[in-house]
Amino acid sequence: MGRGVTGLAPACLRASQLELFSPGAPGWPFGDFHALPGRRLCGRPLQIRQVARPGAGPEAAEGRGAGLSSLIMDPECSQLLPALCSVLADPRQPVTDDTCLEKLLDWFKTITEAGSSLLLLQENPCLLGLLCHVLKPQDLSPRVLAFSLRLAGMLAAQEDCFQYLQQGELLPRLFGEAGPLGGAAWTAPSVRSGWIQGLRSLAHHPSALCFLADCGAVDTIFSLQGDSSLFVASAAGQLLVHVLGLSLQGPAEGHPGLQTGDWPVCAQKIVSHIEESLRSAATPQITQALNVLTTTFGHCHNPWTQVLWVRLSPLVARLLEKDPVPAAHSLVDLLLSVARSPVLSSSSCGLWETLAQTLSHLSPTQAGPLALGILKLQECPQALRAQAFAVLLQPLTCVLEATAQAPGLLDSWDGTGGASVTVDTLLASKAACVGLLCRTLAHLELLQPLPQRPSPWPQAPLLGATVTILRLCSGSATPTSDAGGHLCAFLVGCVRVQRAALDFLGTLSRGTGPRELVTQVFAVLLEYLTSPDSSPTVLKKAFQATFRWLQSSPETPGCSDLDPHAQLFLRELLPVLPKRLCSPCWEVRDSGLEFLTQMIGRWGGQAGFRRALLASEVPELTEQLLRDPESYVRASAVAAMGQLSSQGLRVTPASPEHPGGQQKSLLAELLHILSTDSEGFPRRAVMHVFTQWLRDGHADVAADTERFVARVLQVASQDLDWEVRAQGLELALVFLEQTLGRPSSHCPYAVTPPVAAPPGPLAQALRPLCRVQLFEFAFRALFDCDRPVAQKSCDLLLFLRAQTASYSGPQGSGSVPEVASVEAALQRWQAGDQGQPLGYLEPEVVVAVLRSMDLEGLRGALAESSDRVEKSPQSLLQDMLATVGALGEDEADCY
Amino acid sequence: MKLYCLSGHPTLPCNVLKFKSTTIMLDCGLDMTSTLNFLPLPLVQSPRLSNLPGWSLKDGNAFLDKELKECSGHVFVDSVPEFCLPETELIDLSTVDVILISNYHCMMALPYITEHTGFTGTVYATEPTVQIGRLLMEELVNFIERVPKAQSASLWKNKDIQRLLPSPLKDAVEVSTWRRCYTMQEVNSALSKIQLVGYSQKIELFGAVQVTPLSSGYALGSSNWIIQSHYEKVSYVSGSSLLTTHPQPMDQASLKNSDVLVLTGLTQIPTANPDGMVGEFCSNLALTVRNGGNVLVPCYPSGVIYDLLECLYQYIDSAGLSNIPFYFISPVANSSLEFSQIFAEWLCHNKQTKVYLPEPPFPHAELIQTNKLKHYPSLHGDFSSDFRQPCVVFTGHPSLRFGDVVHFMELWGKSSLNTVIFTEPDFSYLEALAPYQPLAMKCIYCPIDTRLNFIQVSKLLKEVQPLHVVCPEQYTQPPPAQSHRMDLMIDCQPPAMSYRRAEVLALPFKRRYEKIEIMPELADSLVPMEIKPGISLATVSAVLHTKDNKHVLQPPPRPTQPTGGKKRKRASDDIPDCKVLKPLLSGSIPVEQFVQALEKHGFSDVKVEDTAKGHIVLLQEAETLIQIEEDSTHIICDNDEMLRVRLRDLVLKFLQKF
Repeated sequence: MGRGVTGLAPACLRASQLELFSPGAPGWPFGDFHALPGRRLCGRPLQIRQVARPGAGPEAAEGRGAGLSSLIMDPECSQLLPALCSVLADPRQPVTDDTCLEKLLDWFKTITEAGSSLLLLQENPCLLGLLCHVLKPQDLSPRVLAFSLRLAGMLAAQEDCFQYLQQGELLPRLFGEAGPLGGAAWTAPSVRSGWIQGLRSLAHHPSALCFLADCGAVDTIFSLQGDSSLFVASAAGQLLVHVLGLSLQGPAEGHPGLQTGDWPVCAQKIVSHIEESLRSAATPQITQALNVLTTTFGHCHNPWTQVLWVRLSPLVARLLEKDPVPAAHSLVDLLLSVARSPVLSSSSCGLWETLAQTLSHLSPTQAGPLALGILKLQECPQALRAQAFAVLLQPLTCVLEATAQAPGLLDSWDGTGGASVTVDTLLASKAACVGLLCRTLAHLELLQPLPQRPSPWPQAPLLGATVTILRLCSGSATPTSDAGGHLCAFLVGCVRVQRAALDFLGTLSRGTGPRELVTQVFAVLLEYLTSPDSSPTVLKKAFQATFRWLQSSPETPGCSDLDPHAQLFLRELLPVLPKRLCSPCWEVRDSGLEFLTQMIGRWGGQAGFRRALLASEVPELTEQLLRDPESYVRASAVAAMGQLSSQGLRVTPASPEHPGGQQKSLLAELLHILSTDSEGFPRRAVMHVFTQWLRDGHADVAADTERFVARVLQVASQDLDWEVRAQGLELALVFLEQTLGRPSSHCPYAVTPPVAAPPGPLAQALRPLCRVQLFEFAFRALFDCDRPVAQKSCDLLLFLRAQTASYSGPQGSGSVPEVASVEAALQRWQAGDQGQPLGYLEPEVVVAVLRSMDLEGLRGALAESSDRVEKSPQSLLQDMLATVGALGEDEADCY
Repeated sequence: MKLYCLSGHPTLPCNVLKFKSTTIMLDCGLDMTSTLNFLPLPLVQSPRLSNLPGWSLKDGNAFLDKELKECSGHVFVDSVPEFCLPETELIDLSTVDVILISNYHCMMALPYITEHTGFTGTVYATEPTVQIGRLLMEELVNFIERVPKAQSASLWKNKDIQRLLPSPLKDAVEVSTWRRCYTMQEVNSALSKIQLVGYSQKIELFGAVQVTPLSSGYALGSSNWIIQSHYEKVSYVSGSSLLTTHPQPMDQASLKNSDVLVLTGLTQIPTANPDGMVGEFCSNLALTVRNGGNVLVPCYPSGVIYDLLECLYQYIDSAGLSNIPFYFISPVANSSLEFSQIFAEWLCHNKQTKVYLPEPPFPHAELIQTNKLKHYPSLHGDFSSDFRQPCVVFTGHPSLRFGDVVHFMELWGKSSLNTVIFTEPDFSYLEALAPYQPLAMKCIYCPIDTRLNFIQVSKLLKEVQPLHVVCPEQYTQPPPAQSHRMDLMIDCQPPAMSYRRAEVLALPFKRRYEKIEIMPELADSLVPMEIKPGISLATVSAVLHTKDNKHVLQPPPRPTQPTGGKKRKRASDDIPDCKVLKPLLSGSIPVEQFVQALEKHGFSDVKVEDTAKGHIVLLQEAETLIQIEEDSTHIICDNDEMLRVRLRDLVLKFLQKF
């Protein structure tokens, strides 16, 4: 069977290829044929699997659009369309898969965007027929009805087509009272959604506005805002925003009325509706209005938005007078959206006052996101920022006070009287307390790295509060007040707060703190790392935070070792680590190993660390974990052992129990894992370690590099996991660079590793590559069924070809018989028969084969989406027809 | 209703409940922490222990040096270990009707109660509780009897002398009541008094109350008990667990609507999460063995050991411990491992289903089959020939005062490569280790207590909502060492009532109703009258028979027939010969209509005043007051009986009579 990739285009191959590949198939390097053979879904040809393709997935609309290569409707599609329209219009042939309809709409969208909708309609009268047909009273599927509404809207987006459709009174019948709006089909959410989306597409010109006004659509949209389907409700809100924007950018564009009274009727109607909703006592209505406004101010930055805000802000401010403030979340979103709008953030519209007022009226839980939003604003009055920061810090102040620590935190920030409210919230219930603290910590974590974070940043009190929270969670804090006792009872053992606090503690490592606080930080981290009660996720976070704090601890002047303080900590930590590596819980063993790998990577070269590590049981235990039953742990152990070995920290005991018994070398052990491990993760990890070792010139590798590379490539080429094969190519590339020298174009300033630059003639330089059978590996990878592998191999061969460009070997690919046989073998490989090896190749043969290959063409083919054949509109139409046809057959079978 | 508290140990409870003329003992736990004051009983002569110096008073008086020995600054009684019995003076234990046992740990004092107090009642327990309880007692007796000790110290117990001793001997409570261990004969006799019960089985006690055991999820066959009459329900929760270990899950739903919930047997280590502890146990075990050391696990022969073996079964391969032998040494090791496999109906669902495959429910069967786990009755015999190091030994007793563990402590204590891991929470590990000091081996404390913690208790109480909670006083305040941990106490509304040893608690509810049955023929004769929609009343005249705490209304006896009377009496003549009954009244008086009626009857100066409870109708001329309240009506008129009767009749017109 044909594969989806062709890369070879030497003249001698072309004739035979034509039989194997249809013109226009993916990867075909010559010309682009429109005459794509129709394929049914069930008879899909073998494709390149799309693994890890960025943006892959059903939502990748661009990919989908790009796949529909034909921008004008080709004759084949035109021929299929009437049949499809009649199938769609036939209620007896239900379309079961609405993704087809979505794809069809996408296709129409590309067509209408590229050309005239009117022309499309005139050339394909069946479309009009379909639109008229759906209006007849019948038992039509809601999907088809929704599709028709969306299609009609899409077509009517162009004014001439709109007029054309209007002539037949089609649009009022589709979107007006007489249409599905009043019928039974309206109960289906998909129809209501189709109606909204149709109008959304349609509303692109002034005539559309008149139409909306005439058919009374705006009132329907108002009512749909409260629809039971969230999708419909949300789309209705967005449609309102769109219509409002459209009506205000109409003829008087650039000169919006300074009075809303001057605004078009449609806009006035919407604004009145929003006002009415804001005055309403019902929270859902207020929420709808606020959401519409949020979207408006978020998307539209025309001057009229300022006029709108001036008119509506008193109503918004009045919401704050209610207790509790209704729709607080939406209100916060709106205020932040307004504050971010470049048109509105001037002080003239009283925004800052409203924000300040809101901050003080909302409950601590609701005020947090607003405070964070305010602090993220680029420009904002200092007083407001101070207030916002105080709100944000309030819960932590309460924690500090409850544990009778000198707050100090907010002496400079506490400008509000919200403390008692915050305390009330914290002590109301466990859920409220946990929620507020987690949110506060998360907000502060987001704020910490921002350049506009408040200054001075209260690093020390924040550290104090976080440490206190962690100690409350572990039960080691001693609260002195009743409130503290309650907090302690709520927080003891609370994993959520522990995770949030450890994350924030990690973030705080970017700053410094007073010595005694840093001591406390290390103490609390050690407490968590030691405690048997730390849950695996908490422990992982504790490891992460620990690494960050160790990383940030100042280095001893003069030498690049850890400071004595951190060393002391490390001495206490290292006895804990073996216990974690022996944990019955694999997540704990895994995070322990990850931490270890990080530590070795960072301090592996430092004497203090090395001494401590070697004195512990950690290296031995790590090696034992290479045989862990859990694959993730094995993978992490491989990475850790790779690091240990690179740093010369692997213990190779000439143990007294095994005198003379040579311990298996790590290289052999890792090779064993690579060739036998049943799971992909450890094998991938081994490949990473090997690549790194090769790059770093690890002693075991340097002893016989060629043998090493040959063995690794041989094992990797047979691996079922594409990432292992891809990593094999990475390793091959490193070897290639070391043999031939790094390409100068990569980076002119790069320090090239001490490698043997090609000394003599190129053929000699290529010989090691031939000996390790790198080319066999690369060629096999070129026809790999996983695209990333093929792409990587293509890049590698292109690099190699560039390197050999200057080589003046035998010219003309066909002239050397060996070349022809290699090409024939490659052709068989391409056809799926990879059994036969190439054997040893002479450098000259390799160069000749490389030159004869259309690698650029192949790269282009690989870069294209692999399923573009199936995404061709014609294929889509055929699939749909075939599916419906097949359904008919099934029905017949039933009799 | 009263609760007599005979034990001061919240996890080894012994309470007596007096409820509706029954006397029910709830558990009889034996506090064995007293043994920590004694020297260990070595299996083979220990020169170290036998050469310990005698203790003398500060003034050099050495009259106690035979009884008390000093070891690393601690003083121990050199005698057969003794146990602290439940209180026997608070209530006459011969009056106890039944004893309800919750789990095998809570029955260890049974022989003392059933054999020495004149107890003549029945003991109720589930089958696994009895069988495993028997194993524990057998082990205990065996441990102590196989090391006969001639000496029995009693001098130190003298109150005047005890005061002079150092702590903790000085502070030991009720030392005069401490007793030596019972004999196997006493055990057998005690166990013969037990009647086996199944979960949810209803057992009638003298017709007065019904007791029902419910699964408590803590151990094989462990139960909570419901003690209920027709209108009152007392739940006794003792040693329950919500964790998914081997036993059947806890039955919480049946505890709902209790008037009183007696709550005992919570976790002894509320700050330690059993999962974390199991992890700690495994990690330390692996680390020790990898370094060539031995691991000693002092434990009971049943319970947590099953879970530990199961964890190890899953863990040993991943930790590379497949070649390490595990030894389980106990006189009852074999029976315990086998019993656990046959009590399928008492196991959690997962394990039950295995039986149908058929597979042994516990994986220790496989460990035994593959020779990874070996068990021996004692370290004499086969064990000594099979013994291979490094190894892991599970053996008793967790107090480290008797049993094979004493030998291993002496054997391995000197090497820092070895580790002793404490998993049983009943004994303070520091006190347990005291007579072994100085000790080089590592000590790890991983108490695994799966019983309810305070968070679970608070959820449980919210769920079952008892009217009153009664618990040991230790649960009503945070532990002394962590006085700030308000979360480590029972928090409920109304606050829990607490008790302590030798205290009698009057339980805070009164019995208000009693169920009475009506004989069918009597019921037949009743003619209910509907006084309100849905409420009908009927008067009944009957004789109340009470027997075996059951009350029955029977038709009154017919008057004896006059002799010679031939004609049968008519039914209407059956009415007993008693005073004519006044009719019963019901309903309320509508004031307005009443006033109208008064006016119709010629009272012209009627005034109505509203009061807090109803109305006062004033007849000014007649100087008469009619006080109408919700549940009473008074006519107050001086010396005019005629008027009163008139008014009364008027009032009665508005009320229903039957």
